Amino acid sequence: MLAFLIRRVLTMVLTALCLTFVVFYLTNLPPNLEKLAKSEASTRMSDADVASWIERNGFGRPMLLRYGEWLGVVPGWTRTEDGVTRGRCIEAGQDPAAAPLRCGVLQGDWGFSTVFKQPVSQIIAERLSATGLLMLWVMIVMVPTSLLIGVLSGMREGSRLDRGLSIFSIASTATPEYVSGVVLIALFASTTTGISPWLAEQGWISGKTLFLGTATSALDSGITFWNFGLPVMTIALYGIGYIARMTRASMTEVMTAQYIRTARLKGVSFGMVVMKHALRNALIAPFTVIMLQFPWLLNGVVIVETLFNYKGFGWTLVQAAGNNDIELLLACSVVAVFVVLMTQLISDIGYVFLNPRIRVS
Amino acid sequence: MTATTDWDPSKPILEIENLSISFFTRLREIPAVMDFSCTVMPGEAMGLVGESGCGKSTVALAVMRYLGKNGRITGGSIRFKGRDLTTMDDEALRQIRGSGIAMIYQEPMASLNPAMRIGAQLAEVPMIHEGIGREAAWKLARQIVADVRLPDPDRILKAYPHQLSGGQQQRIVIAMALMSKPALLILDEPTTALDVTVEAGIVDLVKDLGHKYGTSILFISHNLGLILEVCDRLCVMYSGEAVETGAVARVFDRMRHPYTQALFRSIPLPGADKNTHPLVSIPGNFPLPHERPPGCNFGPRCAYFQAGRCDAQEVPMVLLPGGDRHETRCLRSAEIDWDKPPVAARAVARTPVGEVVLKMTDLRKYYEVSGGLFGGSLKKVVKANETLSFEARAGETLAIVGESGCGKSTFAKVLMGLETATSGRIMLFDQDIQDIPIEKRGTDTVSSVQMVFQNPFDTLNPSMTVGRQIIRALEIFGEGANDAERRDRMLELLDLVKLPRAFADRMPRQLSGGQKQRVGIARAFAGGAKIVVADEPVSALDVSVQAAVTDLLMEIQRKNRTTLLFISHDLSIVRYLSDRVMVMYLGHVVELGTTDQVFSPPYHPYTEALLSAVPIADTRVTKKRIVLEGDIPSAMNPPPGCPFQTRCRWKSQVPGNLCETVMPPIRLLAGDHQIKCHLSDDVLAGMEPVIRIAAQ
Repeated sequence: MLAFLIRRVLTMVLTALCLTFVVFYLTNLPPNLEKLAKSEASTRMSDADVASWIERNGFGRPMLLRYGEWLGVVPGWTRTEDGVTRGRCIEAGQDPAAAPLRCGVLQGDWGFSTVFKQPVSQIIAERLSATGLLMLWVMIVMVPTSLLIGVLSGMREGSRLDRGLSIFSIASTATPEYVSGVVLIALFASTTTGISPWLAEQGWISGKTLFLGTATSALDSGITFWNFGLPVMTIALYGIGYIARMTRASMTEVMTAQYIRTARLKGVSFGMVVMKHALRNALIAPFTVIMLQFPWLLNGVVIVETLFNYKGFGWTLVQAAGNNDIELLLACSVVAVFVVLMTQLISDIGYVFLNPRIRVS
Repeated sequence: MTATTDWDPSKPILEIENLSISFFTRLREIPAVMDFSCTVMPGEAMGLVGESGCGKSTVALAVMRYLGKNGRITGGSIRFKGRDLTTMDDEALRQIRGSGIAMIYQEPMASLNPAMRIGAQLAEVPMIHEGIGREAAWKLARQIVADVRLPDPDRILKAYPHQLSGGQQQRIVIAMALMSKPALLILDEPTTALDVTVEAGIVDLVKDLGHKYGTSILFISHNLGLILEVCDRLCVMYSGEAVETGAVARVFDRMRHPYTQALFRSIPLPGADKNTHPLVSIPGNFPLPHERPPGCNFGPRCAYFQAGRCDAQEVPMVLLPGGDRHETRCLRSAEIDWDKPPVAARAVARTPVGEVVLKMTDLRKYYEVSGGLFGGSLKKVVKANETLSFEARAGETLAIVGESGCGKSTFAKVLMGLETATSGRIMLFDQDIQDIPIEKRGTDTVSSVQMVFQNPFDTLNPSMTVGRQIIRALEIFGEGANDAERRDRMLELLDLVKLPRAFADRMPRQLSGGQKQRVGIARAFAGGAKIVVADEPVSALDVSVQAAVTDLLMEIQRKNRTTLLFISHDLSIVRYLSDRVMVMYLGHVVELGTTDQVFSPPYHPYTEALLSAVPIADTRVTKKRIVLEGDIPSAMNPPPGCPFQTRCRWKSQVPGNLCETVMPPIRLLAGDHQIKCHLSDDVLAGMEPVIRIAAQ
């Protein structure tokens, strides 16, 4: 098991290196750098000025070397002009001699965001925790619901219950988030349309609407059912259908297996057959799908966070990309890569526990 | 559980009366079982015999009331200890399932839950039915596991099903069935998926446990030999009906239904011989459930059929004189001369054996396997074939016998060129082919070595007509100058395998199993094959079809003077059709000789056990019972010395620890009979025959 883990972590590191280099290369293409120079110094710079700005700020060095700087394995650039020594690792007003030699991701220095005017690590930590909160609630809602739907519809294939639940799950997974989000807002979060006016009239809800159409306040004044319900529902709805379909397929297959017949003919009641014999076997396949939902959620939240104006990871990603914030964009991609690889590892290990036939050696 | 009824042990445990079962599809109602009656007394073992599709498994599942969504009991009653199961509600049924009636299934691996420990699956039964605690249930499970003669019960209880061998899994399924001491045990082809030596062990176990616990048994099988070994009474089924029922010995010796008789004449019993006493196959095909003929279902295939009589009325079961509840569903049972020998099919002269066409010398095939799913540096070597040497001559049938994992399929692959040999030589005529993979072999070589596969259902392309598939083979072999010529040749090939020419335009799904196998044979012979490797060509087919396909192979062989390498685990058919036999164990040839030499002493100890394990459907035969202990060792770490030493019952006869340390050399006995064994000549000479046929 330990050897397996070490091997997996090594491959993870290698994958992360390759992927980050690709992102680094793409974000640091010459046109991007020119744009950066213009936004940082002056929009009306001449081409020669741009070139010299790029050169003076350390962007002119070879790509590989700069990637090394960013990683923190190559010493940061220094440049002495007019008796003032500046450099990648020298903060303004700092004595060059006291500055560290290397400053990169490995040293915990993720750079400085040009959009938010804050250290990148701080932004990422804040935004990621905000998104983590959203994901947590989505998972809490989505996984049990979808498994329940999948198991219920899969245990008696072709029954009325199965047909009904199947229609629901197909419809929900066929509706993209930007459609369902808008529909949900119209239905639940409008003072003029949907059910909110009616509910308010009946006196069943204290506010004007059942849900709030924006989730901004969730970050400042804490999560409530009122401000967080809709974004969670929008994301969960899409995922529920998908996981439920997977679970159903796996469940129907398991229910026709011979060992289910064996259990039935042992005298085990139907409910117990489902719980004790079918469930674990039926969860093996959807487990991988559920684990794949994490990376999907991380990127999928882009739309929902924008729609509900929730300042999380997805929202930050959009801002970074839209404003040519190279360091922030890089950090976002590193986080995304890390999350994907981690969930893969967890899913592989979990698979071993669910399925006794697979042994890690 | 059922003590509330007034059932007493002198009455039948199970009484099925006029049972009819149908399956309902959108199109029509398909009757699967019609007017079926049978009775099982306490402690009695009842056999249910018939070919696939005759409804025997449906009867078993009906007793369990588990017919799926489409199946329904449309008439009759099933009484278990006097209580009618057909009208019982789910809760009452649940209490009988597993505790009153237990079932053992065909595929042990599929019938055990892969994600539950063996112990948990066993302990569940008494926990449900007797309401005892977990601790006590596990203790009981441990005791029963020991009862089914599994070694190291504690380890087995904690294991998952995939960690056990097929034989061990089936023992667990049996243990599971016995957990609540049921009154009736239903076994649905319990040994079909297992090797013969393993089968022998399971059959022994079932018989012993039946006596020990006084359990009644309903034993379903297509194998008449097994029925003879296990059962007291039997019921022969054909196309949804019981056609004959009675005590086993009586039905075997004095059968009174044409189908039973035809069945016995189509299986190779000792004494049958391809040249002098060929098998008699049953003409025609099994009727589809919705296309049954009027009157007697067997009518169209029956040798004693009388038009206007047999097809005019429903035929009832009649009780035969002589007592003993012997019944038959035949109108003419009193008129037919049952002792008349079968119309002797033309006895043919023995085909003379020609020159050597294939010569293998010291062939070895090793596989390297990496250690585990995620790679790893440990490479293990599987020795699939070790020092294989033999010759095969033109017109000869050489049978290769052995259980699964003995390397017989690997050998076929190497010969075909799907794998290349690790070392050694294969001489085909005057050409070395051991190192040439099939894609580099010339058309001549490829077309002269062909194969007939085990499972005809998977080896035909489902989206190509039969004719097209044969023509495709002809194209590849470079036969015929143009399409018209090839089409003619294809039609000739259909004639050769005795299929109507109209079949050329049919799709494989429209053919029965036997017909598909004929297409497979036609394809193999398309390029005028000189050597045909037949890998269990009839084991997937029904008994009545097996004889016809076997005879066809023999006939084509005689005509073309083909060398037939017949791979099989079924010693009865091997004895019937082969000239020479090669017995393999763990990649080694342990015995090689003519059929007579191999089937009579002196034997290699493994051959002896193999012969003893084969069930023979003949009451005159007495066999010495030799049950091999344990499983075949893994080819990944074979035992040191003789490969068979771990299970050999003769080991004590060899001085010292020769068997454990030294690989026995090939010894030549009288008449080129080869044996790989350390036993001294005296011991070998003193061996007794395993099979004795009592004088008639």
